[in-house]
Amino acid sequence: MILLQSLNSSRDFLPILLMFIVAAGFVSFVMVVTQWLGPKHKSKVKADSFECGIEQIGNARSPFSIKYFLVAILFVLFDVEVIFMYPWAVNFKSLGAIGMFEMFTFIAFLLIGFFYILKKGALKWD
Amino acid sequence: MLSSFLIIKFLLAIAVFAISLGVAAYATYGERKVAAFMQDRIGPDRAGPFGLLQPIADGVKMFMKEDFVPANSNKFLFVLGPSIAMTTALMTAVVVPWASPVNGVALQVTDINIGLLYVFGVVSIGVYGIMIGGWASNNKYSLLGALRASSQMISYEIAMGLSLISIVMITGTMSLGKIVEQQSLGYWNVFLQPLAFLIFLICSFAETNRAPFDLPECETELVGGYHTEYSSMKLGFYLFSEYVNMFNSGAIMASLFFGGYNLPFASYFAQMVGQNWILSLIQFLFFFGKILFFIFLFMWVRWTLPRFRYDQLMTLGWKILLPLSILNIVATGIFMYMSGQIQ
Repeated sequence: MILLQSLNSSRDFLPILLMFIVAAGFVSFVMVVTQWLGPKHKSKVKADSFECGIEQIGNARSPFSIKYFLVAILFVLFDVEVIFMYPWAVNFKSLGAIGMFEMFTFIAFLLIGFFYILKKGALKWD
Repeated sequence: MLSSFLIIKFLLAIAVFAISLGVAAYATYGERKVAAFMQDRIGPDRAGPFGLLQPIADGVKMFMKEDFVPANSNKFLFVLGPSIAMTTALMTAVVVPWASPVNGVALQVTDINIGLLYVFGVVSIGVYGIMIGGWASNNKYSLLGALRASSQMISYEIAMGLSLISIVMITGTMSLGKIVEQQSLGYWNVFLQPLAFLIFLICSFAETNRAPFDLPECETELVGGYHTEYSSMKLGFYLFSEYVNMFNSGAIMASLFFGGYNLPFASYFAQMVGQNWILSLIQFLFFFGKILFFIFLFMWVRWTLPRFRYDQLMTLGWKILLPLSILNIVATGIFMYMSGQIQ
């Protein structure tokens, strides 16, 4: 009974689960079938990583440019701030002028941080 | 009660799944035809009349190819990558409203109150599909392609999220069903928020890794990008999810900015045919037309514009689109305050 009630309250979200079952079912079915169909020819050279026809040198899992990591960190920072704005935007009309100027203050802080990373050259690519 | 609800929703889910896959399949055919006409060629014309059976032939070919896993790759993640990419692509269309309700049954798989956030959530998981696939291949080209793809997608996700905040501000809801309903009364949102639409359009090009933002699969530098090592239907899933995502972003853009299933003079039409299934059918076809136009736009741009350079891409995303969308939020807020729309 309790289970049914909690199901009813989250009723809008149940169809997402259904869609996931349909999509994941299709994907796993195709993954199994495509492995089963088609020819199988194994050879040592073929199993190597593709490197434009020359022999493989070293491993692909070597250190790469720190810039990508920096972009990922900045993304996390900004994305969290974007998520903060959504509940505010939904209630924008009822929060009134005070709510608006409070959010503008928040946006100003965000922009100060943004100019700081620009001046630091975190987004320079060369 | 619950079981009949589940059955209806399950049928709708199957229908959305079939439509997404069908449109994506014929979008591959459409892409080749559009490219051909733009380059003064004929395009595929061998399989069936006008080459209409080409997508089916391509699908069969993909299935019959050898499903190859390189020796030094991570086997489990290698399979997981394309699976995530395809599953998330198929799950985005859940929140899209297709037409007004027929006999009280909403033609939308689900109208959750956080529809927009759901779309962003699912799109973000899509990045994992590319990143995991590129890393698991253990190939230098794949890794570089995956890095480029993920940093490009996450960079444009911020501007994308910010551009939609102004839409949420004027509509006051995140449910796609409600946003579309509101547009039946007044103007389409694109007339109220043209800048938000422009930013969203550019970002959806970047999110789907389409030209001019197709650096992750830049052939001249990276062979095939993140799917260099993939073959058979695993490769098919990566290519296919791109087309499904094009369909999804067309559907999202049509519902957020172009009135969704609403047609011009909607009330006039409703009076003429009455509030029944014929109206819903017309609305569905009209909505579909809008989506197809956006898919055509994606192709048109791809075969017209050259590719960006990587630093140009990052500059556009971070230094132009991000401040512009913040400016749009502030301008929208001040305008709504001045015109007395807030308390």
